[in-house]
Amino acid sequence: MGKWTRRAFITTGVLAGGAVVIGVAIRPGNRAGKVAPLIAGEDETVFNVWVKISPDNTVTAIIPHAEMGQGVHTTLAMMLADEMDADWNLVRSLEAPAHKEYANYALAKGYTVGDADFPAFLIDTIDGIFLTVTQMMSLQITGGSTSVPTTGQHAMRVAGAAAKAVLLQAAAEAWNVPLDELTAKNSHIIHGKSDRIAPYADFARQAAELSQPVKPILKSPDEFTILGTDVQKFDVPAKVDGSALFGIDAQLPGMKYATVKASPVFGTNIKSVDETSIQDMPGIRKVVNLDNAVAVIADGYWQAKQALDQLEVVFEESGNATVEQSEIFGQFANDMDTAIANGDEIVDFETGDVDAAMATAARTVEAEYRVPYLAHATMEPMNCTAWVHDDICELWTGTQNPLGFAAEVAGALDMDLEDVVLHNQYLGGGFGRRAFPDYAIQAARLANEVHYPVKLIWSREEDMRHDHYRQASLSRFKAALDSSGKPTAWVNQYVEKHDPKEAPYIPYGIDNQFIHFVESQTHVPWGFWRSVDHSLHAFFTESFIDELAFEAGLDPYQYRHDLLEKAPRFRKVLDLAAQKSNWDAALPENWGRGIAIHRSFGTIVAQVVEVEVTEGKVRPRRAICAVDAGFAMHPDGIKAQMESGIVYGLTAALYSEISIHRGAVAQSNFHDYPMLRMNESPDIETYIINSGEKIGGAGEPGTPAIAPALVNAIFNATGKRIRELPVRLHELTREDPESKDVA
Amino acid sequence: MITLHINGQKHELDIDPNTPLLWVIREQAGLTGTKFGCGIAQCGACTVHLNGQPVRSCVTPVQAAANQQITTIEGIGRGETGLHPVQQAWIDEQVPQCGYCQSGQIMAAVALLEDNPAPGDDDIDAAMSGNICRCGTYSRIRRGIKRAAKTLASTSGTEGSRNG
Repeated sequence: MGKWTRRAFITTGVLAGGAVVIGVAIRPGNRAGKVAPLIAGEDETVFNVWVKISPDNTVTAIIPHAEMGQGVHTTLAMMLADEMDADWNLVRSLEAPAHKEYANYALAKGYTVGDADFPAFLIDTIDGIFLTVTQMMSLQITGGSTSVPTTGQHAMRVAGAAAKAVLLQAAAEAWNVPLDELTAKNSHIIHGKSDRIAPYADFARQAAELSQPVKPILKSPDEFTILGTDVQKFDVPAKVDGSALFGIDAQLPGMKYATVKASPVFGTNIKSVDETSIQDMPGIRKVVNLDNAVAVIADGYWQAKQALDQLEVVFEESGNATVEQSEIFGQFANDMDTAIANGDEIVDFETGDVDAAMATAARTVEAEYRVPYLAHATMEPMNCTAWVHDDICELWTGTQNPLGFAAEVAGALDMDLEDVVLHNQYLGGGFGRRAFPDYAIQAARLANEVHYPVKLIWSREEDMRHDHYRQASLSRFKAALDSSGKPTAWVNQYVEKHDPKEAPYIPYGIDNQFIHFVESQTHVPWGFWRSVDHSLHAFFTESFIDELAFEAGLDPYQYRHDLLEKAPRFRKVLDLAAQKSNWDAALPENWGRGIAIHRSFGTIVAQVVEVEVTEGKVRPRRAICAVDAGFAMHPDGIKAQMESGIVYGLTAALYSEISIHRGAVAQSNFHDYPMLRMNESPDIETYIINSGEKIGGAGEPGTPAIAPALVNAIFNATGKRIRELPVRLHELTREDPESKDVA
Repeated sequence: MITLHINGQKHELDIDPNTPLLWVIREQAGLTGTKFGCGIAQCGACTVHLNGQPVRSCVTPVQAAANQQITTIEGIGRGETGLHPVQQAWIDEQVPQCGYCQSGQIMAAVALLEDNPAPGDDDIDAAMSGNICRCGTYSRIRRGIKRAAKTLASTSGTEGSRNG
């Protein structure tokens, strides 16, 4: 990976327990996107990490990201340990606490360096580091598939290499030998000439005294000993015996239980609550009006839920209370038309001259696609335990954004940020939902009303009806084809842009492109949903390119392959997926095969789906996935994320639809928002390409391409082109057998 | 008073007999390995064994479990490792991601293997399709069950049967 060239500051110190700790702060430059407003000091972003070495020679990686099944606590520790030449059997990981001390630079310094006596000349540097640490702490967010590409690459590996460097230096001084005669291996330092070997821990204190900035040399992939191997994930043992603690598992002395019901129509408040309606029910402690929601606190969840179901509540009237889903799509279409008529469409991407290309086209092709709102439906419903005592508020919850939550709770309770202490727990699924602090604010407000800890648990129905939803959207395409069927112009207009910017962009060599959008606000709350805008745009663009292949009378794989002439990295991934699927092999009757490719979060994924469609029932039988994330740090972890992304994306494509009826979400639980289950899940094969390109993410890129691969396979099987998700809305009987032969 | 036997331990509880077993296990017995997912027997996260049979504890009134043998994820371990072969297989296949559904998945799998020591794919589908996993670990669960079946076959007769 070459020499690390960014400015770095290494600081070391001795913890009270005798462990040495090494901090790294670096400035990787600007950060764009919607999280930027969360950063104090927009022009300066700092990622940092620490590593501890204990007297027993254990190396602990302190990870500033939440574990929600993506394996981040393991993969980031691998990145640190490999650069450090640590003994993997003695490596542990610890999630960085989202503690009030971390939001205060002086106290952060205390947490990290303990009682260490720092040389006076270092103090300025250390203060500078922890000041920037403080600024980045509101960015302790897990999302955007960024943990490995950013924290891992720029902080963990640097920290590991820096730790090794100062340990070697300390050993050289202790043994009075030249530095270049020393090597490091398996958490030991070796001096071959004198046949000496000693554990890292022996030099920890000396290393802590070393002060000069270090520019560590990072390994190249052929030097890796831990990265690229399939180590076991740290979190798995606790997740097979019931001992893993999720947010919902917090238990505190004297704790009571609460559940909540928010106004069904988003944006409206409670008008009145008749507490006499539950006055005879057992175990009730308190009814709390939270303005837009009402909560019951009781001795147990069941008592609270029974009472809440019986509680008579009147909600305010709202203009949104008549909104229907069909009107929302009507609004989208109208706003799209109006934007074009008025010439005020927002340009997303433009190259060449689409009008000229359309004018000289052999023919043009148009299509319109539609996707619904989606809920996250994490297995663990939203919950948070809060306890307000001794002028502080403690929170136990699972969050992708611990310091953001703490800041929001501090605001809601009018407390200082340092008086909110958040204990992040395992997340029973995140997928973007647990970046939004609504449930933590509710729990804190409830706890603020009483003198005991309160565990707030949302029912599944509340979870589904008060999510932050992946947007519904329309997307319209028009393409020009030349006489050979090759596209010469690509025009795309869609509704609502969020993140990331490049989600609608295509990798294909089409000279004239115009991609534009219109904002069309609704009252439905928006949220990050696994792969965010990629989740819809891959469906749009990879369905439409499939339609163009069909119109051109060409094989959809070959058509893409030809258009990727100038994108060799994409082409290699596409070719691998096609080859592994035996693309040209015959399929059984009623089966179809579809392909799609999409890049997201720096990772290119191509997927082939084989589907069986019999009696209108769609069964994905096989999914083949090729993935290029640059280098697979933890290959089995990438495979697991591809499997996960595929099932998550297939579930949405086949089944998922959140629809608005009378201003509220119509669905409520898994019976009407069904999930893909074991008997419906395809066999999945994942093939990894280590291209050596820039490192990409893994948590999300498995999701976007699977929906278009599925509908393209359904088209291949039935001749029916699905332009609106989910698939289950459609009657799928073969309607045009001749069309199948083309694809 | 309702008497419950959870993982071989007796609990005397003064509780509404209609309370779902799930909440008694979690709140009264303090065993949090059994999870709340949907409350309507749709997802399987709350699966426990009642006299060895898998049940959805979120819809099982506590009175229906009185004086019977209840086993939770905390109660299936055995042998030197303290792990049931299904749990070990889950580690070997690196099944869990977020892990929230896995207690229920494991309880369903243990019950399947006690009923059918050598399940085929259709048997696995039939026994496991009531358990949702949002992380999509289904293919690994399938491999885990097959691996555990092999382990159990190779050790059968050398180990006492699980007490329920």
